[in-house]
Amino acid sequence: MSTVETLVRLAYLAAATCFVLGLHQMNAPSTARRGNRLSIAGMLLAVAATLVLLVDSGGTTAAGWAVLSAGAVVGTVAGLWAARAVPMTAMPQLVSLFNAVGGGAAALVAIPELAPPADAASVRVPAALDIVIGAVTFAGSLVAAGKLQGLVPGRPVVFPGARVVGGGLALAAAVAAGVLIRGYGGGAAVAVLAAAALALGVALVLPIGGADMPVVISLLNAFTGTAVAMAGFVTDNSVLVVAGALVGASGAILTALMAAAMNRSLAAILVGGYGTGDGGGGPAGSAGAPVRAVTADDAAIQLAYARRVVVVPGYGLAAAQAQHALHELATVLASRGTEVTYAIHPVAGRMPGHMNVLLAEANVPYSQMQELDAANATLPLADVALVVGANDVTNPAARRPGNAISGMPILDVDRAAAVIVIKRSMGHGYAGIDNELYTDPKTGMLFADARAGLTALTAAVKTLVG
Amino acid sequence: MSAELLATLSIFLLALLVGFEVIGKVPATLHTPLMSATNAIHGVILVGAMLVASVADTAADYALGFVVAAFAAMNVVGGYVVTDRMLGMFQPPSKAVSEASKR
Repeated sequence: MSTVETLVRLAYLAAATCFVLGLHQMNAPSTARRGNRLSIAGMLLAVAATLVLLVDSGGTTAAGWAVLSAGAVVGTVAGLWAARAVPMTAMPQLVSLFNAVGGGAAALVAIPELAPPADAASVRVPAALDIVIGAVTFAGSLVAAGKLQGLVPGRPVVFPGARVVGGGLALAAAVAAGVLIRGYGGGAAVAVLAAAALALGVALVLPIGGADMPVVISLLNAFTGTAVAMAGFVTDNSVLVVAGALVGASGAILTALMAAAMNRSLAAILVGGYGTGDGGGGPAGSAGAPVRAVTADDAAIQLAYARRVVVVPGYGLAAAQAQHALHELATVLASRGTEVTYAIHPVAGRMPGHMNVLLAEANVPYSQMQELDAANATLPLADVALVVGANDVTNPAARRPGNAISGMPILDVDRAAAVIVIKRSMGHGYAGIDNELYTDPKTGMLFADARAGLTALTAAVKTLVG
Repeated sequence: MSAELLATLSIFLLALLVGFEVIGKVPATLHTPLMSATNAIHGVILVGAMLVASVADTAADYALGFVVAAFAAMNVVGGYVVTDRMLGMFQPPSKAVSEASKR
């Protein structure tokens, strides 16, 4: 090993260390930003070391440098623009998009290694896996981003024979991978493999409904990590292996957490066809069960004289862009000495932790955001629970067996002394069942759009107690 | 199985375990930035992109190199920038309190 090569490998080791320590610092909001910057430093080091390696080996043609720089410039500009322009509500789409290009890049890296079938089996196996996983991720993430952005229907897209098609695609990919691994393959086998994997990615995500996206995004994130690690095996590059493994672990953990938060197995989610997609729809339910409608003034009185208010935000809050209106109400209440906290369900958004980012954007301090267990310890002590845009995650029916959400961990909103729900209509949530919370005698329904309702509440609190 | 492959496999497995250990401690509040940060980290495939472009010598190779470099650069730059932007929004309680008292 030459001196340069040794130094480059040491730099890769340092970069991998930066990634691990950077992720470690993400265990608290106060150090997370520093952690991310440490991770950036590691990335710069890895790229710089690779540059040194390329210059030192001298094998890169002028055209090679040109395409590399041109590609890097185009990608950097696109990435910068997207990262700066994206609204926080669209964060899941953006993460999916970055995930797609990462997976796509990982798949493409392996192609030159397979095209001349000369390499050892120890390269061909990870190369084939890299192409399959990377291509599935690329196509799947693009479909997921399209669903989240509303370009592809958010509802589950199912058609007769979908499983047969999916099975056929998986079989085609497996055969092509087998041919390549045995060393018989050429360009044609690579093309079949990539095409089958791309189609498989589309077929995987299409049948999954919009509100299951937190699981899908997490899973695709894990896939990309694995693909990058495979690319590390192919190019014998330790920093790719370590970084890929870290991302794979992160995606796997988040996938498991999200699936547990919905009390549905990963397999059941991937089969798809569940739920109605965004907006819920469904006819007004609760045939005959009485609900108590309240006016903004009634609700404002309750809130103004409460000592402790727990806000339960859901995706509907984000959909109505009402997080700033919510924070304004909370600020008015807090200035009167009311203690306001936010109870955040793990799937209260379109990706893990999405609601926290939306609230952070509206200047809610992170110390007021409570996770499921902490929130459920606070809710019985609350004078008022204010539910905005959350539905299924507050339904007490989940504690009983025999319905669509049985066993799902919920926020115990019904244990607060009083409940106010801001909602446009009695429409169903994603699971398509009646929410028993709404017919609870202590629940007041404020029928309004989330933003209009919150603005009215804030105004009413101000006039009442000014 | 060659010694090198075995060594790489060990690195992979240990990194996976480190990942589970480290990421298991990240609070739910930070899960979106976490995912976005790990997203940026897998942009390290940029290194792979550079290696691919460095051995390119046909038109197809060059086209491939360009696409890989563009994808990877977008992934890594966009991922880190958006993560930093999000983390900048997470306010410590003290700052929020002083802001509230100003009103």
